[in-house]
Amino acid sequence: MTLPFHLQIVNLLAALLLLISFAMLSQRRIVGLVTLFAWQGLALAVSTGLVGWVTGQHHLYYSAGITLILKVIVMPWIFYALVKKLDVDRDVEPMINIPTTMLIGIALVIFAFNLALPISQLAGTVTRSTLGIALACVLLAFLMMITRSKAIPQVIGFLAMENGLFFAATSATYGMPLVVELGVALDVLVGVFVLGIFFFQIRETFDSLDLKHMEKLRER
Amino acid sequence: MSAGILMQLGQTLLAILLAPLLLGWTNQCRAWFQGRSAPPLTQPYRMIRKLFHKDAVIAHDATALFRFAPYMFFACMALAAGIVPIIANDLPFSPAADAIALVGVFALARVFLALAAMDIGTSFGTLGARREMLVSFLAEPALLMVFFTTSFIAQSTELPTIVETLAHKQFAIYPSLAFAAVAFWMVSTAENARIPVDNPTTHLELTMIHEAMILEYSARHLALIEWAVALKLFTYSALGIALFVPWGIAPAGDYAALPLAMGALILKMAGGGLTLAFLEAISAKLRLFRVPEYLGTAFLLAVLGMLTHFLLEH
Repeated sequence: MTLPFHLQIVNLLAALLLLISFAMLSQRRIVGLVTLFAWQGLALAVSTGLVGWVTGQHHLYYSAGITLILKVIVMPWIFYALVKKLDVDRDVEPMINIPTTMLIGIALVIFAFNLALPISQLAGTVTRSTLGIALACVLLAFLMMITRSKAIPQVIGFLAMENGLFFAATSATYGMPLVVELGVALDVLVGVFVLGIFFFQIRETFDSLDLKHMEKLRER
Repeated sequence: MSAGILMQLGQTLLAILLAPLLLGWTNQCRAWFQGRSAPPLTQPYRMIRKLFHKDAVIAHDATALFRFAPYMFFACMALAAGIVPIIANDLPFSPAADAIALVGVFALARVFLALAAMDIGTSFGTLGARREMLVSFLAEPALLMVFFTTSFIAQSTELPTIVETLAHKQFAIYPSLAFAAVAFWMVSTAENARIPVDNPTTHLELTMIHEAMILEYSARHLALIEWAVALKLFTYSALGIALFVPWGIAPAGDYAALPLAMGALILKMAGGGLTLAFLEAISAKLRLFRVPEYLGTAFLLAVLGMLTHFLLEH
């Protein structure tokens, strides 16, 4: 059984997404994390556009365009500016060491693939086999949010999770309705702005972006 | 049958004779990339010849194991070179070991070298042996996973079947093979003591891994080890070619396909050596305690390759 060429490319991009998720998990520097996030957005945009072209679902072009503008250009730019302004680009040790995180990541991928297998057989789309990868990306981003204690990696983890969900929607049902997607994109953008302001507030209060300090909040 | 045996002997001899050439080529490319004037292509041959003409000096405390280890190391590598399809597929020797047993052959060679290094009781030998074992016990599972990925595609662990399946498959993009190929590259740099895991040209004992193990060897023993190291690099390159770019390998007993197979082999080896030299020139040696992370990544990639095979290519 050989797949048509464009579907092979979609599969390759899906594999790339998974790889980038793992790379983000192992990345120690925040600037590297932002770059990886931009690459993930690019892979996502290309695969969405390709699926739109293959299946003739033209609203996917808009989704791909929004992804390209927001997640490859605007958000990484905001993050670069934030990192520069807050001066936080140092090696950050995650709470669990990286090889262990990777092993947990492998376990999560196996779990996600198993979970997605029956679901993807129900879906009628040509890209249904990539659902497992989308689910794995969501879980890996979740894992990244858990293992990082700094604020910016957590936010990037949150955005990567949104990437995974977006990919899941594309592979299972050829994307959500455009209104929903526009709403999500706007939400994410506003979320990034609000969190960007939060970063400054957190740092002003605690002199650090480490969220561990927030566990000790007391009313005065 | 006799044609097959002739071809088998020819392949093994070819591998043994050409192996130092690949090493020489890699060293030459590396010198170019680093802007040094390159040593001649035949430098490894000259070194081996020089070492064979010297008198061996052996430590007082050395046992027979120390003398025996170089021969064992060389024999294992020659055996491996006979098993891997280098120019012809499905040779009479190849049923002797499948992909998993091949990993065992490499492990056997390593065990003897490590034991010999500990045998003489110098601190550097012991240090090198321990480091080698650390690296190899992390590299081996990754290598096995790479083999498993290709075995799942070919539905067999026999190398000839794998090569046959992959060489005659309709051209398609396999994300799983791409993952496995990168993992294999990372593992083979670790197994062959190349940068970023080990520096083959180092003179600083404290950072040595492979070199520290063979510090006490001299003359013909050292020559055999150096030759076997070149052979190991050659065999690993041939293995990578057989698994990931197998086009051009001749079927057994087909003399007409041999010139093409030779040409393809030389081209691919030259390309591989150039790439290795380039990657070595642009990267630095890793701190020893970062090596587990590096090999963990290789393991991860190999496992991901296997998983994506199940998900995307089934």
